[in-house]
Parts: sequence; structure tokens; C-alpha cells
Amino acid sequence: MTTAAAVEVNARSIRHIALSHKLSRWDVRFSPYLYISPFFLVFAVMGLFPLLYTAWVSVHDWNLIGGQGDFVGLENFVTVLTQGYFWNALRNTFSIFLLSSIPQIIVALGIAAVLDFNLRGKTFWRMGVLLPYVVAPVAVALIFNDLFGDKYGLINSAIMGIGLEPIRWHVDVIPSHLAIATMVNFRWTGYNALIFLAAMQAVPRDYYEAAIIDGANRWRTFRSITLPLLRPIVIFVILTSTIGGLQIFDEARMFDQAGQGGASRQWQTLTLYIYELGWGQRNFGRASAVAWLLFLIIILIAVINFLITRRIAGTADRKLRVRAKGIS
Amino acid sequence: MSKTIIGGHDRRPSLWVYGILIAVLLGSAFPIWWSFLIGSQDATALNQGGMMWIPGGNFIANAATVIDSIPFWTALGNSIIVSSVVSLSVVMFSTLAGYAFAKLKFRGREGLLIFVIATMAVPTQLGVVPLFIVMSRLGWTGSLWAVIAPAMVTAFGVFWMTQYLRDALPDELIEAVRMDGASMIRSFWHIGLPAARPAAAMLALFTFIGTWTNFFWPFIVLGPGNPTLPVALQQLQSAFYVDYSLVLAGVVLSIIPLILVFLFLGKQLVAGIMQGAVKG
Repeated sequence: MTTAAAVEVNARSIRHIALSHKLSRWDVRFSPYLYISPFFLVFAVMGLFPLLYTAWVSVHDWNLIGGQGDFVGLENFVTVLTQGYFWNALRNTFSIFLLSSIPQIIVALGIAAVLDFNLRGKTFWRMGVLLPYVVAPVAVALIFNDLFGDKYGLINSAIMGIGLEPIRWHVDVIPSHLAIATMVNFRWTGYNALIFLAAMQAVPRDYYEAAIIDGANRWRTFRSITLPLLRPIVIFVILTSTIGGLQIFDEARMFDQAGQGGASRQWQTLTLYIYELGWGQRNFGRASAVAWLLFLIIILIAVINFLITRRIAGTADRKLRVRAKGIS
Repeated sequence: MSKTIIGGHDRRPSLWVYGILIAVLLGSAFPIWWSFLIGSQDATALNQGGMMWIPGGNFIANAATVIDSIPFWTALGNSIIVSSVVSLSVVMFSTLAGYAFAKLKFRGREGLLIFVIATMAVPTQLGVVPLFIVMSRLGWTGSLWAVIAPAMVTAFGVFWMTQYLRDALPDELIEAVRMDGASMIRSFWHIGLPAARPAAAMLALFTFIGTWTNFFWPFIVLGPGNPTLPVALQQLQSAFYVDYSLVLAGVVLSIIPLILVFLFLGKQLVAGIMQGAVKG
């Protein structure tokens, strides 16, 4: 009787141990996948699927209200590409992008170089350049809209003050692009300067010392040591600002009340055009065609970027290694 | 010779360096100051032209008009809810995934991590049309869920937490609690999460600001009745395009919360960016 009970208890505890062993093995094996699954789930459902489905929508008649219509092949693409608005938007997008990214990176490098001095009140200056980052693009756009006012704007008043003709910021093409690029630059220059500053502070100080011994001045050390070493981070900033910059919407949308990118689409960007097609004309098919085209353009540019920078980075790296060897 | 100024920490900055910095600072602060300057004027006074360099006394009156004419409190509440929920969710899921990628061994780990990083370069914003279709099917258009759901975890967050936990959390520590019989989730909760705290706080801060300032998708998917602050500002512009004192009073109201965040946590923001926090 007692032995039978003991055997029974023993068997139960063995089963129990076996079970918990099994559970623990499963725990070890499957937990990692469980932990990373939220990202893949969200990305698949909310990111990748919509992006790919855009291609499907783009080959159909598709109305915002009415939903899916007939399969139309490449008709949406043909219409969009032959209407001219697409090319106009593409030009505007690139123009605004270049006007914002190139000056922004140059100025950010300059600010970073200045912040890299042995300053009093470092944190204060660093916070100062970052301040615009916390102002939403929409708010930035509204403020600059006023500053760039065609009639009473502060900037035109200053221009007239020195005896020049006022600039029609909201009428002419390039001035409108300049104004919109200024909004982008206002918000991101300081941010990028801090990224560059961090990279500058990682430059080994003996590189500089060796350069002074060689009699190099400040500009020369900046050009020959700091810049080449910063190249990877500069490339990184260019890449992220390309992907973001080609999708610019907020500032252009807010540049006037109608939000169509100007009376004759002077500053209509591609994302604004997508919005106009999709939610203005309710033509989801054409909106998707433009979105898909922009997607391909961004991928293409990213690949070109990658290939070019890999080559540049490669040669810069070699040069620098030679130089470093010379120094030591 | 000893006065030669060269690159590096030891340079003695001269006055012109501070001159440049002051100019940069003015450029940063002036537009914000300007919004308050105009936002505090009387519209009729503004229309008479001429520059005003001191704030007027009309800010409260303007702000009251703004609050009456757009759903300001709803927008403020929505922005707080959306930004908080998204930040919390991003931090939670990113830390969990980062912990797995940094500290747990499983098949396909390296490949999956590279995939996560690669997705950062994918412009998923261009999927707006189908995403909108999905949200209408779900009946979520006009609801905050439509803004929250796609942002619940980001590739950047996962990458950021992975990087941090790799160095910050010794493997021996996890092994020790595992030896004591702790389950995987318990060891995450007691060892992983506490170790991740500094990076998690930083991630929360940047996610909060990013969500708060986001416009494109909320503008598309939220109706005018249930906006976030940037969407409400757009409505304000449509309503009062000619009256800039009101528009900029609204701008001031909308930027006050993040300016406060900046005043208290600006130092952390600077540190975060310099440690490698990046946009998007």
C-alpha cells in the first residue's frame, strides 16, 4: 500500500519534471521569436503589405468611395506620365530637396566645427542649435509663411529696405522652393550638426597634433583630416535625408491655404500630387501609380548613392590610412 | 606659435567663434520668438503694416479665439494620447526585440537583424493608399488607432535597443538568473528591462517628439473632428489665412508643450543625438 503510493507519487513527479523540462525547452527555443515578432507583424501588416499592394491598386480603376474597379493594366501610369503634372512635381521635389540638403549639410558641418571648439557653456550652445527640432514642421511652415509673406513679410520688408524689388515667394517657382527649403533647413540643420559634432569628437586627437607639427593650418587639418574621417557619417546623413527629402509633404502642403502646391503647381511635390490624386480627385489608382513611381525613384537613388559612396569611402579610407602611416 | 589654433579639444576659442554661435542661436530662436510677437498683436494693427518689435497685449484674446474656433483641447488630448501610447509601445516592443537580438541565441538571428536594419531604408509612407483602404475596412478612419497601430514598433527602435543591450548587459548575469530557474520572460523582466532603462528613456523621448510633430498620415486618416495638434493647425490656417495674429497665436499654443519638454530634457536630447539617435 505504502509502496504503491510512493511509486504513484514518484511517477507523478517524474511526469511533472519531464513536463516542466519540455516547457522550459520550448521557452528557450521559441521565446526569442516571440519577442521579435511584434516588429515583423507591424512591419508586414502596416508597412510592407500596403507598399506592395500599392502596385496592385495602381493597375486598377480604384475610387476612394467606390472601391476597386476594373483591371486597367498600365493605363494609370500612362495617364500620369503623359499629363505633365507628374514631371512638374518630380522637378519641384528634386529642386526643393537639393536646395534643402546641400546647404544644410554644409552649414551643419560648419556649425559642428564651431561647436567642436573648447567652448564655455558647451551644453547651452548645443541645446541652442537643437531648439528648432522640437517645433513641428507644420508650425515651422506657418511661421515662415508669415516671414516670407509676399506683401508685408519681414523678409520682403528687409529686401525693400535695402532698395530692391520684393520677391514673390508665393508666386514664382524658385523663390517658393527656396522658402520651403528654408523651413526644412531651419528644423534639421542643428540636429545634423550635433551628429557631425559627435563624429568630430571621435577623431583621434593625435592626428591633429601630428598635422600641426607638419605645419598644417586649421582649414587644412579640417579638410584633410576631419572631413575624410567624417565621410561615413556624412554619407549616412545624406542617405536618410534623401529618403525623407523626396517624400517632403508638410512644408509644401502648408505653404498656402489651398495646399495644392500653388495656383499653377509651382511647389507641388510628388507626395502632394499623390494626395491631390487620391483624396482630391478620389482616384486611388492614379495616386498609387505615382506612389509606386516615387518608390522606384527612391530605391534607384538609394542604390546609386550606395554605389558611389562605397567607391568614395573606399578611396578615402585608403588615402587616410596612408596618411596615418606617414604620421606615425 | 603657441597661439596657433588647430582642430581638436584644446583649441582656445576666440571671440569670433562666440559671435558665430550667437548668430546661429538667434537664427534658431528668432522664428519662435516671431510667432509670439505676431501672435500677441491685434489683427487690425497688423494690417496697417509696419514692424512691431515688442509683443502686443492680445495673446490671451487671440488664444481664446483659436481655442473657440478649432477643436483645440481635443487636439491637445489626442496628441498627448497618441504620443504617449506610441512611445510606450515602441519602447516595450523594441526593448523586447532588442533583448532577443542582443542576448538570446536563435537560428536566423543575424539575418533577421540585418532585415530589420534594411527596412529602415524602405519608404513605407508611400503605402498610404492601401493603408488608408485597410483602415477604412477596419472602420478606423477618424480614430486614433489608425495613427497608433502603424507606429507601434519601429526598426530604428529595435536597432537602437539591440546596440545598447549588447554592451550594457553582461551575458553572465542572464545565465545566473537562468540557472536559478527563471523563465525567459522573467529574466527579461528582472535583468533585461532594468539594464535597458537609459536607452529606453532616450528612445521614448525621441519617439514622443517624432509622433507629436507628425503630420502626413494623421492628416490623411483623421477627420477634422478628431485631429492631433498639427492637423488642427492646418484647420486653423484654412480658417484664418488672412489673420496671421490668430494663426501664429495657435502656433504658439501648439508648440508650448514640446518647448517645455525641451527646457527640461534638452540636455538629454543633445546627448541622445550625439550617441547616435537618428531621425526616422
